[in-house]
Amino acid sequence: MWPYIARKLLYNIPVYLGIILIVMACLRVNDPVTAYIGKNASEEQKQALRTSMGLDEPFALQYGRFLLKVVTLDFSERSWELKRPVGSILASSVVPSLSITIPALILTTLIAITISLCAAYVRGSLTDRVLMFGAVLGMSISLLVYVVLGQYFGAYWPKQNLGIGVFAIEGYRPITLSSLNNWVTYCMLPVIITVVLTIGYDTRFYRAVIVEEATRDYVTTAIAKGATKPKVMFVHVLKNAMIPVITHVMITLPFLVTGSIVMETYFNIPGMGRTLITAINSKDFPVIQAFTAVFAAIFIVTNILTDVLYALVDPRVRLS
Amino acid sequence: MTPARRPILEVRGLTTRFRTDRGIVTAVDDVSFDVFAGETLGIVGESGCGKTVTSKSIMRLLPARTTIIDPKSRIMFEGTNLASADERAMRKIRGDRIAMIFQEPMTSLNPVFTIGWQLDEALKYHTDLDSSGRRKRALEMLRLVEMPEAERRLDEYPHQLSGGMRQRVMIAIALCCEPDILIADEPTTALDVTIQAQILDLMEGLKRKLDTAIVLITHNLGVVAQVCDRVIVMYAGRIIESGPVHDIFHSPEHPYTRALLRSIPKSGHKAHGRRLPTIEGIVPSLFELPKGCRFQDRCEYRQQRCIDVEPELLDVGVGGRVGDPLRQVRCHFPLSGASSSPTIERTGVEP
Repeated sequence: MWPYIARKLLYNIPVYLGIILIVMACLRVNDPVTAYIGKNASEEQKQALRTSMGLDEPFALQYGRFLLKVVTLDFSERSWELKRPVGSILASSVVPSLSITIPALILTTLIAITISLCAAYVRGSLTDRVLMFGAVLGMSISLLVYVVLGQYFGAYWPKQNLGIGVFAIEGYRPITLSSLNNWVTYCMLPVIITVVLTIGYDTRFYRAVIVEEATRDYVTTAIAKGATKPKVMFVHVLKNAMIPVITHVMITLPFLVTGSIVMETYFNIPGMGRTLITAINSKDFPVIQAFTAVFAAIFIVTNILTDVLYALVDPRVRLS
Repeated sequence: MTPARRPILEVRGLTTRFRTDRGIVTAVDDVSFDVFAGETLGIVGESGCGKTVTSKSIMRLLPARTTIIDPKSRIMFEGTNLASADERAMRKIRGDRIAMIFQEPMTSLNPVFTIGWQLDEALKYHTDLDSSGRRKRALEMLRLVEMPEAERRLDEYPHQLSGGMRQRVMIAIALCCEPDILIADEPTTALDVTIQAQILDLMEGLKRKLDTAIVLITHNLGVVAQVCDRVIVMYAGRIIESGPVHDIFHSPEHPYTRALLRSIPKSGHKAHGRRLPTIEGIVPSLFELPKGCRFQDRCEYRQQRCIDVEPELLDVGVGGRVGDPLRQVRCHFPLSGASSSPTIERTGVEP
C-alpha cells in the first residue's frame, strides 16, 4: 500500500509544479501592481510595491521563491488590502469554511446513501417513485429560493413571532470548545440548506449506481447461494457501489471548499470562498496567488486520497 | 446406463411468462419433466428456447416484478412446490439442496470479496460450522475441485484467477453443502475447449463422488453426448423431444432434433470438404407463435396438419408406457414412422 501511495504522490508533483507555473504566469499577464493601485499612482509608489513583492525580479526566480514558500508553508507576505500576513488570513478563514462544508458533506452523503439504498431496495415501488420525485423536485428548485426561505422561515420568522432565535440570519462568531452553541447559531442553517440543496442530486446518482450494481451476475450468484435480500443489498451490492460513491464524494470535496462561496456570501461568513472573492474584487495580488496555490493543493490531495480509498475498497486497483 | 428410477424433482406444467413493453410473453410453455437422483439431465436448445428460464424458474431467480409463474405450475421437490414456495422456504433450498452455476465465471463471483469469503458465505447460511470449521471445509472444497495452490486461493480475489479457475470456485461454492441437484447453466460456454473438457470431467467426477443429480443446460450437443444420461430438447418455449441420450443421438424422432444433430461438425473423411448443414430460417418470435407446430416454418416434412394443429408431447418407442417420460416427442409425424400410430390413436385425430 505504501509504495502505491508514494507513487501517486510522485506522479502529482509535476502536476502541481505545472499548476503553479500557469497560475503565476496568468496573474502577471496584466501588471498586478497597476491593477491594484491604479493608473494615477506615481512610478515610485508602483516601484515600491513591486519591490516589496519581488515582482521586479526575473520570472524564474519568482517562481522558485514562491514554490519554496509554498513547500515550507511560509505565507508571511502581507495582503495589500488587509495589511495582514496571508497566512493568518488563510488560517482564520479555514475554520469557518470547514465548519459548514464538513458537516454538510457528511450529512448529505450519509442521508443520500441511506435513502438511495432504501429506494433501490424497493425499486419500482410507489415508495421508490415518491422518493425519486422528491429528489428531482428538490434539485430543480433554485438555490436562492432555499437561501431566502431558509433565512426567513428558519431565522427571521421564529424570532419575530415566537421569540425563538435559534439561528442567526447571518454573521459569524469564532467557534471554540466552550462556545459550540456559536456553531448552532451561525453555521447550522447554512449546513441544513447545503444538505437540502445537494441531497436530491446525490440520492439520484447513488440510486442509479446501486440499481446498476443490483443487476450484476454476482447478485444472482449470491441469491442462488441462499443469501437474504438485505444481505445481498447491504453487503454484496453496497461494497461494490462504494467505488463510484467514493469518487463522487471525493470529487465534491474540493468544490465544497471553494464552492461554499455562495453560502458564505449570503450568510456573511468569513470563509475561504468569500475571502478569495473579496480579494479578487479588490485585486489583492498576494492573497489571490497564495489562495490559488492552496486550492490547487487541496484538489491534488483529494485526488490522491481518492486513489488510496479506491485501493482500499477495490482489490483490483491494488495490483495495477 | 439407467439411473435409479426415483425422481427427486418433478416439474409439471411449468409455464413462465414475462411482462414486457410489448405485452405478456410466454417464455416457457407447459414444460414437464423429472430429475432422477444421481443422473445427468441435459436440456438443449437454441438461444431463447426457454432452457435458462426453466432453470431459473426452478430456483426462482427471475425478477419478481416482471415474471409470472403460472399458478398451475408445479415444481415438486421433497414435498414442497417450488413454484409457489415463499422466499424463506426458497432460501433454505437454494445453495443447500439445489445449487446453481452460471455461464459467465468472469462475472459470477463478487469482485470485492475473497474466494474464501464467498465460499464461507454459503457455508454460513446452510451449516452450523464455526468459522474455523468453515474455513477447513472451504479449503477441502477447493482441493476437491482440483484448484492449484488451494490454500493460497482462499485469500485471493476473483480477478487473480483465470476463467477456468473461477468456474472451479463456482462449482466449489455450489457443491459445498452437498446439494441433491446441481443446475449448471451453460457452465462451459465461456471457457476455451481444453478448459471446457476439464470442467466437464470435474463435474462428472464430483457427481459420482457426491451423488448429486446434474441438470445441464447447454446448446452444445457435444457436451450432452459426453456427460448426459437423458436429454430434453426445447424449442420456442416447449419440450419437443426427450429421451435417453443414446436414443436421441441414434434415432431422433423430431425433425428439429435430427437437424440439430446434423449440424454438429464431425471429424473424419466423410465430412471433409463438405459444408456444415444448417437449419434454415429462424426461431419464431414468442410474440407471434404459429397456430400449429412451432417448428413448421423450418421443417422439411411439413404437412397441412402441422400448420393447423399443434402436436402434443406424447410417448413413443418400444415399451413406452403412458406417463413414462422415458421417450417423448412432440410431432405429428415422428421420424420412425412406426411409433406414430399409438400417438394418433390416443389423440383421436385421423392420420
